[in-house]
Amino acid sequence: MMYWLLNLVLALLLAPVLFGVINKVKAFFAGRKGPRLMQTWYDIFKLLRKGSVYSTSSTWIFKFAPVGTLAALFIAMLFLPLGFCSSPLGFQGDALLFLYMLGLGRILTVLGALDTASSFEGMGAARELQFSVVSEGTMLLLLIFLAIQSSSCELNTMLCGRGNSFWMSAAPSMLLSAVALYVVLLTECCRVPVDDPETHLELTMIHEAMILDNSGPDLAFIHYGAGLKLWIFSAILTALVVPADLLSPWSALLVMTSGCFLTAVFVGITESMMARYRFLKVPQMLMGGFCVEFAALALLLISGGVK
Amino acid sequence: MKNFLKLKNCSAVKVETLPVLPFAEFRQTLIESTGKGKCRVSAFFPLQKSSETFLCALLIDPEEHSLYCALSPVGNSFLSLTPEAPVFHWFERELFEKYGIKAEGHPWLKPIRKADGEYFTMAGDAVNEVAVGPVHAGVIEPGHFRFQCMGEKVYSLEISLGYQSRGVEKLLEGKYSSRTLPLFESAAGDTAAAAATGACALIEALSGTVISERAQQIRAILIELERVANHTGDLGALAGDVAYLPTASFCGRIRGEYLNMTAEICGNRFGRNCIIPGGVRYDIEPARCEKLLAHLRRVNPELKHALDLMFDSPTVLDRFENTGSVSLETARSIGLVGPAGRASGVKLDLRYDLPSGAYKNSAPKQAPCGAGDVLSRAKVRYHEIFASLEFIEKTLIDLAQGELCTPCITALQPDSIAFSLTEAWRGELCQIIVTDTQGNIDQCRIVDPSFHNWFGLAMALRNEEISNFPICNKSFNLSYCGHDL
Repeated sequence: MMYWLLNLVLALLLAPVLFGVINKVKAFFAGRKGPRLMQTWYDIFKLLRKGSVYSTSSTWIFKFAPVGTLAALFIAMLFLPLGFCSSPLGFQGDALLFLYMLGLGRILTVLGALDTASSFEGMGAARELQFSVVSEGTMLLLLIFLAIQSSSCELNTMLCGRGNSFWMSAAPSMLLSAVALYVVLLTECCRVPVDDPETHLELTMIHEAMILDNSGPDLAFIHYGAGLKLWIFSAILTALVVPADLLSPWSALLVMTSGCFLTAVFVGITESMMARYRFLKVPQMLMGGFCVEFAALALLLISGGVK
Repeated sequence: MKNFLKLKNCSAVKVETLPVLPFAEFRQTLIESTGKGKCRVSAFFPLQKSSETFLCALLIDPEEHSLYCALSPVGNSFLSLTPEAPVFHWFERELFEKYGIKAEGHPWLKPIRKADGEYFTMAGDAVNEVAVGPVHAGVIEPGHFRFQCMGEKVYSLEISLGYQSRGVEKLLEGKYSSRTLPLFESAAGDTAAAAATGACALIEALSGTVISERAQQIRAILIELERVANHTGDLGALAGDVAYLPTASFCGRIRGEYLNMTAEICGNRFGRNCIIPGGVRYDIEPARCEKLLAHLRRVNPELKHALDLMFDSPTVLDRFENTGSVSLETARSIGLVGPAGRASGVKLDLRYDLPSGAYKNSAPKQAPCGAGDVLSRAKVRYHEIFASLEFIEKTLIDLAQGELCTPCITALQPDSIAFSLTEAWRGELCQIIVTDTQGNIDQCRIVDPSFHNWFGLAMALRNEEISNFPICNKSFNLSYCGHDL
């Protein structure tokens, strides 16, 4: 419990730093110095000190969306075995609650965007929902995969109670699952090749388009929420691939944290190596991720890797 | 074309020598000669002659390397040429906007520089209209874009410009003064060297000045450096728009290197205030020449590496290929010029077709034509960069000896009209000066390449994904102020 809390605090503090890591890696590939590691934190503090501007045509939904999204992501995070320590809130079936909390966060952002009645934000919302249809499906398959592997529906057991030999018993499906989850991570966290967080071109944005009208503390919540989301998915990816049953709490903490930062480095490398896909191609890539996860599940069932 | 007067590029003639044709004959000749893509229209504007208004048309025949001009009397309206020769549509809208001369039968006769709030719209529940600008998220010029879409697909794009309108042509009227050249240069600030070269050619033609070979070469070097710097910046920006970072960052820096080379020659990164009537203000001495050559040889491989990185990346190629295509037929019928036209297969390059100055002796290698998509526009620019660099290096090595600036009497020949056509980095830049009885500038016309090409961008977006607009736009990278003047 204490260790889990420690991990939670660490996650809350370090989540925005992941963007710093990604940007440093990208800057390295581009031969630049790049923004400071803590830049997102500086931005958040700057924004918190400012006031928000609201259009007279927007309603309470627009004001509620940023804080609601952040709350939903925070609640989702509470069910994760951060640092491989069991979450005290876990219960049988919390995996579904987790999935729905992510969904709630998304729909609040989308509603907030639609509330502005701006054509850019409408386009962004439409794209976000279109892509999430597939990425949520993949996520659901992954949870089924973990549930089968661990014979449990509680996230704690699903991620950390699979023994230490799942790579030995089901290496191919583990590998496929990791690939599928990485695709989901890139989509959910709005990274290249799905979305481009750096663009200033409204017509090509997804996530950025949805938050064009937000300012001040609301924007700070959105940036922080994006950091939490990236940490959530990196933590799941780390827990998925690292067998950490025998680790001491401190080394588990180290493994989890470095796993998250390593994921950020990977994201940075991916973004430096490739251009963004055209929108018609993104669903194809997402379907690819879905099929990969489906294959992982099928292989697991066939090979009898079930505990 | 027998009834038109054949001219040489960068020459001046007396206005009364221009043939005056009856309108029906004038119209028929224009439609026939531009119809099969044989000739292209460079300028189409009203000319006051003894208090009567005439329409003046300037045509280029690229195959015969010649220019043709003729006049025809016109009242307040004339029978539109657009239905038969679409290439006139933008000119006729300009005539309507600026002079109130109405082209009867024009399908979409509305101003091109004044937003009137009326746009082409589509009806239906599923249609969504997206309005972008005139204030944009980046530090770019203002322009308004209206998309008619269904989902992500664009059915029509209407481009509404005019926010940069400063009345440059009007400001140029009057006596030739120290303001004249800076005005020409700032019509489109990123095309300063080409604009100054063209404008000086006009002044020189009107004052009968012949300039030295050396000055011509320095002018050409400045034009080519301008071309290289702008193409480099645009290719980097294209990479940035598809989130391909390495090339975007490298090109941003390397563009600065070429601008610095321009500054090394004349002290201004955009080549301003160097080209003057009679020659150039600053010399490239042997020591400076060596320095420039060393700088070029250091930077060129870096640029090649940065660009090859992009053109070898499958994800980038996938974005560029078959995106924003403009067919050869469309390009011809709307009169695309410059790299955008060449990418669609319109083999028009004034450095070959109507060479003036140093280009009479040698010109950069011509880039191969393409299929008209974003990739071919990028590739044409890529080839042009290295052809220009080769040309710059060659010219620097065999720089002719000669006077830097021959004294130029700026008393201009009266009652005359002078034409100059220069291949600026965006394409054909046409400048015309008409003088009055005292030798003052009575009328001035600038037809920027962007004037011809903006409609090409609208065509490139037909049936394209709306999210591809930025890369289509960047592959043309047209000038707002050059169009609006």
